[in-house]
Amino acid sequence: MRIGVVRFPGSCDHRDTIAAASAVGEAVELWHADRDLRGADAVIIPGGFSYGDYLRAGAIARFAPVMEAVGELAAAGGPVLGICNGFQVLCEAGLLPGALLPNISLRFRCVDVRLEVSNPRSPFLAAVPAGAALRIPAKHSIGRYYAPAGMLRELEERGQVILRYAPGESFNGSVERIAAVSNAAGNVMGMMPHPEHAVRERDGSADGRLIFASLRSAVAATGAGAAAGSGSAR
Amino acid sequence: MAGRRARAGAVRARVLIRPKAGILDPQGGAVARALPALGFEGVHEVHVGRMIELEVDDPSTVGAMCERLLANPLVEDYEIELLG
Amino acid sequence: MSAGGAPALSPEEGLARALALGLSEQEYELLCERHGRPPNLLELAMYSLMWSEHCGYKHSKLLLRTLPSAGPAVVVGPGENAGALDIGGGLVCSLKVESHNHPSAVEPFQGAATGVGGILRDIVALGTRPAAVLDSLRFGLPTSARSRYLLDGAVRGIAHYGNCVGVATVGGELYFEAPYERNCLVNVMAIGLARREELLSSAARGPGNTLLLFGARTGRDGIGGASVLASTTLADEEHAQRPTVQVGDPFAGNKLIDCALALRDAQLLIALQDLGAAGLTSACSEMAAKGGVGLDIDVARVPLREAGMEPFEIMVSESQERMVAVVAPERVGQALAICERYEVEAAAIGSVTDSGCLRIFDSELLLGTLPVRALVDECPLYELRPQPPARPAPAASLATGTEQRCGADPPAQLRSALLALLASPNIASRAPLFEQYDCLVGGRTIRRPAEADAALLALPDGGALALSIDGNGRRVAADPYRGTLEVLLECAANLACVGAEPIGATDNLNFGDPERGEVAWQLCESVRALGDGCRALGVPIVSGNVSLYNESAQGPIHPTPVVGMLGRLERPCAGARIGFAGAGAALALLGPFAPSLRSSELARLRGEEQEGLPELDLAAVVAAQRALRAALAQGRLQSAHDISDGGLAVALAECVLASGLGARIDLRRVLEHLARIGAAECKEGARGLSAAETALFGEGPGGFLVSGEEASLTELAAGAPLMIIGGVGGEALVIEGIGGPGEEGALALEISALRAAYASLAELFT
Repeated sequence: MRIGVVRFPGSCDHRDTIAAASAVGEAVELWHADRDLRGADAVIIPGGFSYGDYLRAGAIARFAPVMEAVGELAAAGGPVLGICNGFQVLCEAGLLPGALLPNISLRFRCVDVRLEVSNPRSPFLAAVPAGAALRIPAKHSIGRYYAPAGMLRELEERGQVILRYAPGESFNGSVERIAAVSNAAGNVMGMMPHPEHAVRERDGSADGRLIFASLRSAVAATGAGAAAGSGSAR
Repeated sequence: MAGRRARAGAVRARVLIRPKAGILDPQGGAVARALPALGFEGVHEVHVGRMIELEVDDPSTVGAMCERLLANPLVEDYEIELLG
Repeated sequence: MSAGGAPALSPEEGLARALALGLSEQEYELLCERHGRPPNLLELAMYSLMWSEHCGYKHSKLLLRTLPSAGPAVVVGPGENAGALDIGGGLVCSLKVESHNHPSAVEPFQGAATGVGGILRDIVALGTRPAAVLDSLRFGLPTSARSRYLLDGAVRGIAHYGNCVGVATVGGELYFEAPYERNCLVNVMAIGLARREELLSSAARGPGNTLLLFGARTGRDGIGGASVLASTTLADEEHAQRPTVQVGDPFAGNKLIDCALALRDAQLLIALQDLGAAGLTSACSEMAAKGGVGLDIDVARVPLREAGMEPFEIMVSESQERMVAVVAPERVGQALAICERYEVEAAAIGSVTDSGCLRIFDSELLLGTLPVRALVDECPLYELRPQPPARPAPAASLATGTEQRCGADPPAQLRSALLALLASPNIASRAPLFEQYDCLVGGRTIRRPAEADAALLALPDGGALALSIDGNGRRVAADPYRGTLEVLLECAANLACVGAEPIGATDNLNFGDPERGEVAWQLCESVRALGDGCRALGVPIVSGNVSLYNESAQGPIHPTPVVGMLGRLERPCAGARIGFAGAGAALALLGPFAPSLRSSELARLRGEEQEGLPELDLAAVVAAQRALRAALAQGRLQSAHDISDGGLAVALAECVLASGLGARIDLRRVLEHLARIGAAECKEGARGLSAAETALFGEGPGGFLVSGEEASLTELAAGAPLMIIGGVGGEALVIEGIGGPGEEGALALEISALRAAYASLAELFT
């Protein structure tokens, strides 16, 4: 399995994401200005401050050439995971519903959060044992998930809410404690916490590994589509 | 501002962007709490947004710019002022 | 008015302008002589910056030369953009601390943000990739609205720049003292990593090579900032200075770092230098001086942010996020292509010459010619004229005096003192600050802030680096020599608590006006202690910074030497944490701890006059640190915490809070230990409230609280004085054997009560 990790100007966590993804497949960097996914079966858009978060977080990155190819992979059913800034980019690109707003505290915060699984059927959680809660760090100043009431109802009904902050841990003020959502097809997911910073014993928690391990099943589940996606993205 | 003029053939436009009504606006809330602390009583409904100034050759394109890039219509309202 | 290309200024006009630019009459005369003729305005502007305190270190250079800077691990010593140490495995670690005090006092957000950006570019200039940032902050008392504004702005600025640029902020320290009210301190330390062969120098070499300026465009930021902001005493009209404050752009900084390191990887860089204070003037002077060459610079080729900038403005601008490199002419195209890939603007602005001069051109027109020797090497250096105060620093008490002696119920009184100390802004949990910083990016963080006494970063070979930054201006004010020794020992103690041996240090000397006798004395005493302490620890100082004239109308700041120390360890130890590992462990007091309430935090809370510092036995403290490191490396400890501000009781409370596990100690065992090691203020048989207070809240170097199996702890006693004083467990912090009415008097504090007191800083960040 080949996992492409997008790098925009201002990306910060791409190196750590490549390192974490390397444990489950061959991880390669995808340069923002290239339309080429380099044959990736799955794509991760990592954290950081693409284009300095200027204008709005993710607003400028979504127009980068690489995002066209990412859009094609997503449309073909290939797995696309956005982490933190990557979640913001995917929302701005219209690949995920909703928007991320400034934390209610208006401050950046870097802390471990406990996460509840909301939809255990998501391919991005395939490796997470049933009933397990995850502990993964979150670090952001713009992470308050928002969707209008009607959209929110649809998301809940269709199982597009994938992870929630445990009660009392939604420091950013997200609606319904939402920490991760997917698209309707389930092959695109955005999450605010950073699984790449919870992969080793020294990280304090290795729960993030489960998210990366799940990518393998996500690729398998959508294998045919992903192959078509990477083919058309040449 | 007063002395600034658009280059020949261009129009100066100002886009005002604010959080949509009903969306929690913590920045507005912070300002609304700070003003009475400084002695400014009777302040209500404070909202903090952004202003973008641009010079455009074709002012009819500004609305599309707002929809695609300058604002996020899901959470923000925008207003366009053409300044001539 | 044109700045250059003009005939020399008339002698009267030249002198008048030199004085306005901060030079003295004697300096102007010397300058004319060294320059060979009276300088024109452009030349004078450049000289005034290079001969300022900020760039020329006029009052500190002679003193700094006395510091030890050599050692087996030293790869790059003082004089480069940062120092560098061999950390094994073919890797080097660069380190440096720098201040951005005056800019932060004017505009805290931008001042602190550009402080982070500046130190990171120093690290990059050495060819090393930034790996971590630590910060050292000083503000006035948080009861002052101005102090709270400065604190909030500086913390937001550090978070804004550090988080966005993508470098982990892994540690730091913070004190609130009244003398910093109008002159806050923002010191930022950074480290970087590279393979040894990747290191770069700032020495320009090879006449005919091209000077490449890359990064942000040049604007009118901080024109005169270096001399106006950093070398003259802050007046009360800080707002009038606002236009000269530089603005940081961490996004541009992020791209610039990646671009510079990509140029390094392509082996295109003959020299690399960051643009900081005094902009192109300082960068080019330093590069030429180090390489023993001259440089021709064409201001017409410098990309500008705004039209109509004068040549002198271009030469002194402090616009951020810029670097300058020397590149072979045939490889300039390749370098420009890399810059374009990273969306970083670049321009060839000049070339290396063998003239020994900086020559400034505006296209064809020669505007100025400045001998590099005169700019850099001939800046006058001044001997300090130290004048010890009549009594050692009896700085009038600046305390709030909220914690009063009262009552006759010792347990109740000690309880109240402990809670007051935990809530003191100088001791309370720093979580409300450090949670605003990304401490994880880079994936090296083994211990997050407050999990251990030092930051711990993983290395590829399975080993780790330990980092600490420390300073305590109030104690240095009380005794500059001993206080500075304590700073060094505190740094080394923090490293020892994670099992790391110190291998190098960097220092930032924050002092008042050195032309005042007492400040000069503080500076001399402090530097003497730095030398003695570093020699005792075997630690070279490989880089540093000096920030003088930290004064306001209310007087000078506390003398504040800040030391950053780097340690290396073969393997991270499990016991390298503050929190206890589990109930049932024994708890011991380790080391030649001789606590005293003199100049302690408790004395400050009580509004008591500062009365010097207790004596310290340097060799014994160093030996105890060695024993602690060995015990941690051998896996014999479950936790280790240095006894610092607030004394033993506060250290114990911090262990309890970090783990959520209670603990019980017997004060009589503590007193017995202190008597046995001959602690001057806890003589044998000492009893009563005063002895209890001294033992529990007294401060001084050399004490550690360690936990582990009782047998393991006892073995440790072979290397340093040790006494088992209690054990881990329960839901409260209990101190038995206090005495007083009912000899068995005990003090018990629920963890929740400790936690509530310790959270007092949260309200500053709502």
